[in-house]
Amino acid sequence: MPFIPHTEEDTREMLKAIGAPNLDALFDEIPANLIIDSLDGVPDALSEMEITRLMHARAARDGEPLCFIGAGAYEHHVPQAVWDIATRGEYYSAYTPYQAEASQGTLQTIYEYQTMITELTGLDVSNASLYDGASGLAEAALMAVRSNRKIRSGRILLAPGVNPRYEQVGSAIAGSQGLTFERLPMDTVTGNAAASLDDDGDLVAVVIQQPSFFGTLEDVDRLSDWAHERGALVIGVVNPTSLAMLKAPGDWGEDGADIAIGEGQPLGIPLSSGGPYFGFMTCSQKLVRQMPGRIVGRTTDLNDEPGFTLTLQAREQHIRRSKATSNICTNQGLMVTAATIYMSLLGYDGLRQVAQRSQQNTARLTAGLTAVDGIERLFDGPHFHEAALRLDRPVAPVLAALAEKNILGGYDLSASIPELGNVLLVCATETKTDADISAFVAAIENIFAAETRRSA
Amino acid sequence: MSELPGDLLYTSEHEWLRRDDDGSVTIGVTDHAQAALGDLVYVELPEVGQDVENGGDMAVVESVKAASDVYAPIDGSVVAVNEELADDPEKINADPYGDGWIVKLQPGGKIDESALLSPDAYQSLLDAEEA
Repeated sequence: MPFIPHTEEDTREMLKAIGAPNLDALFDEIPANLIIDSLDGVPDALSEMEITRLMHARAARDGEPLCFIGAGAYEHHVPQAVWDIATRGEYYSAYTPYQAEASQGTLQTIYEYQTMITELTGLDVSNASLYDGASGLAEAALMAVRSNRKIRSGRILLAPGVNPRYEQVGSAIAGSQGLTFERLPMDTVTGNAAASLDDDGDLVAVVIQQPSFFGTLEDVDRLSDWAHERGALVIGVVNPTSLAMLKAPGDWGEDGADIAIGEGQPLGIPLSSGGPYFGFMTCSQKLVRQMPGRIVGRTTDLNDEPGFTLTLQAREQHIRRSKATSNICTNQGLMVTAATIYMSLLGYDGLRQVAQRSQQNTARLTAGLTAVDGIERLFDGPHFHEAALRLDRPVAPVLAALAEKNILGGYDLSASIPELGNVLLVCATETKTDADISAFVAAIENIFAAETRRSA
Repeated sequence: MSELPGDLLYTSEHEWLRRDDDGSVTIGVTDHAQAALGDLVYVELPEVGQDVENGGDMAVVESVKAASDVYAPIDGSVVAVNEELADDPEKINADPYGDGWIVKLQPGGKIDESALLSPDAYQSLLDAEEA
């Protein structure tokens, strides 16, 4: 199917028909201060040869460091077959399949994806994906407001372990629509929500991240029940890999979470300097009409043969215009294809092995690092494949020294949550060997010892 | 030709109103509206007790091809909603002026009937739309 842009003549004719002298006049409602002339690092049009050379040079800048950073995106092994299959001509498109008669394969793939994600999260319905986990939180919050119409406060409470970046993105997208994001108090020993919670106000939803941004495990049953008792919906933010080991959001507390979202990148998507990734979203059956985005349904055709098609579209932008449920009118089709292949190649047992191995490696790394004088664990209690460590000195110089040894030593939490002090967030997935972990521990020992000698 | 009961008032948004004996007002969508929407699959109802404003969104009726707002034709508060539509939205297709009623409002003040359409006026509107 060729994509044919307008010719200059088309553009001229269309402008003439609506009475706009030129393109700038057509878009003159956009305030001038929001329009930028150029983007840093994005050159004007380049030839294929030039752009290939430029992108290779930029990709090479990442090098091949030993990566111990998690904090929301995780380096997992991606079997070669995942992208060999995903980049076949039949699959290699990010485009949403509106035309069911020409897109059965793509539609079935999305349907299989939705089935796998609902099984992982223990909820009834999945959409065909969102842009990423962070914007997924904003969409879930807006969906909660639409669904929980008795509550008009727009207040969303976040557990202490919700990724601070997700909160920023949530505020950026939903803040202007009257939603406010507040934090539940933290128990400073465990990093989870405080034992005694007190909130008199009307709550739209409570957001619980499991495992938390610090890798700790929240008491999801208690928090879910607490939220539901107050008439609030429960939004779970989950790491899909962890769901092979942890309780599914649909089983949290008495009634289960109402909505679950998360970053899908761990399911076969390479880190790729930050994207593209995809967000997943599932919900209980009773909220399905408020769910944003595409949903593929299975049906039977006139000959009683099974077939697949987009469903529940009546509330979407191309039909309802400004009254659409949300302005998400696409999905991350190619990323979802890769994730579906990844999940089907690994199976439940394979995913569980990835989760277990990652957790064991992080436990081993944490044991090694906390044996170094000046490093201790920040929070007690069980962890998944990530741990917050308190250093006796500023984090940034330590990370810089590790980077010189080609080690990405973790995420500097003191930059995003300064009140926690000098805290480093580390993660060792199944991709790390014992030798990798020992190399990291030895490197940090050397850095600490050298610095101590200098200051002595 | 769609059916048009003579004892109702109508709006240009293809809704009908019935003034009930107890002072409340029952509201639904017209036969013309249900036919234009096609088979209804879902109705989103307001909360009982909710205040509505003349011209504001009050409910949503959704068919396989479209979702349309039902607007409040007067100021008032919701005293009843047709709960049966939750499981059986096609009642609106089958009986738009009877079992397919949507919302009952307690008017917030005197109803300005001049802002609403008589059966004849609504029929003229339909004729004009068809023309």
